[in-house]
Amino acid sequence: MVQLSLPANSKVGKGQYYKDKTGSKNIRKVNVYRWDPSKNENPRLDTYEVDMDNCSSKVLDILNKIKNEIDPSVAYRRSCAHGVCGSCAMNMNGKNGLACTKAHSELDGDIDIYPLPHLKVLKDLIGDLSTLYKQYESVEPWLKTSKINTKENIQSKDDRAKLDGLYECIMCACCSTSCPSYWWNGEKYLGPAVLLQAYRWIIDSRDEDRKERLKKVADELKLYRCHTILNCTNACPKGLNPAKAIAEIKKMLATT
Amino acid sequence: MSAYKIIDHEYDVVVLGAGGSGLRAAVGLSEAGLKTACVSKVFPTRSHTSAAQGGISAALGNMGEDDWRWHMYDTVKGADWLGDQDSIEYLCKEAPAAVLELEKYGVPFSRTEEGKIYQRPFGGMTKNYGNETVQRTCAAADRTGHAILHTLYGQALKHNTEFFIEYFALDLIMKDGACKGIIAWNLNDGTIHRFRSHTTIIATGGYGKVYYSATSAHTCTGDGNAMALRAGLPLQDMEFVQFHPTGIYGHGTLISEGVRGEGGYLVNSKGERFMERYAPKAKDLASRDVVSRSIAVEINEGRGIGKEQDHVHLHIDHLDPKVIDERLPGISEASKLFANVDVTKEPIPVVPTVHYNMGGIPTNYKAEVLTVNGSEKTVPGLMAIGEAACVSVHGANRLGSNSLIDLVVFGRAAAKRAAELVKPGMKHDEIDKNETDRCLDRFDKLRNSEGSNPTSELRLSMQKTMQSKCAVFRSEITLKEGVNEIRKPYDGMDSLSVKDKSLIFNTDLVETLEFDNLIRQAITTMDSAYHRKESRGAHAREDFPNRDDENFMQHTLSWCNGSKTKINYRPVHRSTLTNDVQYFPPQERVY
Repeated sequence: MVQLSLPANSKVGKGQYYKDKTGSKNIRKVNVYRWDPSKNENPRLDTYEVDMDNCSSKVLDILNKIKNEIDPSVAYRRSCAHGVCGSCAMNMNGKNGLACTKAHSELDGDIDIYPLPHLKVLKDLIGDLSTLYKQYESVEPWLKTSKINTKENIQSKDDRAKLDGLYECIMCACCSTSCPSYWWNGEKYLGPAVLLQAYRWIIDSRDEDRKERLKKVADELKLYRCHTILNCTNACPKGLNPAKAIAEIKKMLATT
Repeated sequence: MSAYKIIDHEYDVVVLGAGGSGLRAAVGLSEAGLKTACVSKVFPTRSHTSAAQGGISAALGNMGEDDWRWHMYDTVKGADWLGDQDSIEYLCKEAPAAVLELEKYGVPFSRTEEGKIYQRPFGGMTKNYGNETVQRTCAAADRTGHAILHTLYGQALKHNTEFFIEYFALDLIMKDGACKGIIAWNLNDGTIHRFRSHTTIIATGGYGKVYYSATSAHTCTGDGNAMALRAGLPLQDMEFVQFHPTGIYGHGTLISEGVRGEGGYLVNSKGERFMERYAPKAKDLASRDVVSRSIAVEINEGRGIGKEQDHVHLHIDHLDPKVIDERLPGISEASKLFANVDVTKEPIPVVPTVHYNMGGIPTNYKAEVLTVNGSEKTVPGLMAIGEAACVSVHGANRLGSNSLIDLVVFGRAAAKRAAELVKPGMKHDEIDKNETDRCLDRFDKLRNSEGSNPTSELRLSMQKTMQSKCAVFRSEITLKEGVNEIRKPYDGMDSLSVKDKSLIFNTDLVETLEFDNLIRQAITTMDSAYHRKESRGAHAREDFPNRDDENFMQHTLSWCNGSKTKINYRPVHRSTLTNDVQYFPPQERVY
């Protein structure tokens, strides 16, 4: 029988309430998922009252404000702060995205911040992406070419344009962790992020291993667990279309 | 001291950092059959190389005639004659092969009509020793760093490099002046790891976060630089901090120089294209220090834009939207997100923003770390590459697109040199227990801080001081105040507050360790700037407006013990590596 409720040790309890100390008239309540692996406690939702008069525009600015001014123990990944490194992917008001590019003005009401769904949580908002990284490695993300001369490969502008919409992927995992198929079969189904990367090498005109690459992903679990739900494309903070990349792989397999 | 669980490892080589230079080194080391560990505090593709936009320089000549000697001249001039010309020769000569190698690895470069790698104009890059503009900067749209970083990570996977990801490095292990490895903290499970190695390669990037407003990532904290300082080694030319002319006003996000390369231009509040006055020939494509100073002067003289008259405008709205879409898609996205500007219709508000550290760990062109003890000496077992290093190819000012090429050329050079010095499976020396104890004492002390100053407050105080006292223009007065003020946040560590005491993903402690690293670099930067009484490249002194080759054609070396520094100098290398090119003697620098 499928387990339909959270395991007992994953149920999220009510956490601490941090009242505003600045006297601000412009307060927003921010609920943050907290879990500390070194304590034998269930996860909890801490609530912070944040002074929005002195807060920049993005959700990451809120988190930094909480960490700098209210509670330094909140743990989350962050680095570039402008949407290119992919560190600060998380779930905000029910939708995956990058905290550094998500404007809090686009979120209604209290803000709920959770880790990316369906990952093992390492601490607070930090999820374990090691499975996804191993799957990425499995698609052999490097150019396979027998040309060893010292000149560059010639690639036409049109062939190069086929990589647009693919090479920009920052591997933030927003797409894969929004995909119900990936939730259920994440160990075996490669998921949208990795399949998009697989397609990036399949379609590269310089690569000489297209047939083998296609053969490798042509698997009921690795590829065909995609049921075109399209959550992935909806979630991508870079505006990419993993669902289309998966469809292209399926099409190539059907026509070759 | 409380007992920490220590896990020991033995590797031929340890690479610290997994950005462009660290990954390129790791690939070369694995190819050479050396057992290599690559240790990084972030997953490799999260490294700040991913933020590099405009491109990577190399005299490929795909867009017209080019010569690596011209590239060398431009780099020497861009560096305002503070670069070592043997290293610059090596960089520029090796550059074309290094870019072609990247293409072979799979980097999705933009293409010309003939299908070759597309190259765009960039600041300071010229034809025939300073004449007209040349197209030398190889680009993957405006996401070149991202494309290179992801490709290099793929190559490292291909070569089965062993990664230790989300490990925070604490200190170098030294013995009799030689480096024997590193100690790191595994954030995933809280264990301490001691890596013994015959060669350690520091590739930890820059330390932009000593400033309040920087294009740098939160993680750009120069951890390797601080480890070198704690090991008693000097840092070089720390006063040379590059302000990128075009960071988005109010947010600091980088807007690539490629924008001006593709025809973008700057205007002041009077609508004047003011760069024509400061650099009649190169105009908006003068080198970065020149453009940043020009913007600062415009603002200081009341011709800035906005309510506070504190920024200028960058226009690309005259360009064909198709060109913008093909070549500058990333900056369109960033401008929309962080300035709410549609670049096809409106100008981007920009202001000079801290971007790059020319200074760092001194090395020779083989990436071996140097120190001075009477004369120049290498430090056995230690190398440095990338922004962490000061080779010195960028001297007093780096040219745009010379940093990505620096990463791959010297990443490769370090691997080559390590393969000469280390034979696979060589026996490791015993390490003195004191080295481990000293490192863990500091770690334990910071972790158990129960004082009243939160790390975030001390960091903010440091950043504000650097921003106001060590900016685009400097003077005796501001620097003297800076030298005093910058020590306050250091002293504040006596009563530090760290709330989280756990060991797994304790980001409170990570930020504290990062602050401890930053503040030492802030102090050496301020003190080095105070002592250099001339203007050269990015170091502009209002009280000493001219370059002084007689007294200061020298690299600053700064040691730092606690908050005490020792400043010394070593001469710039005034010869080339081979007879393929002649030494370029100092000239007046005009664009």
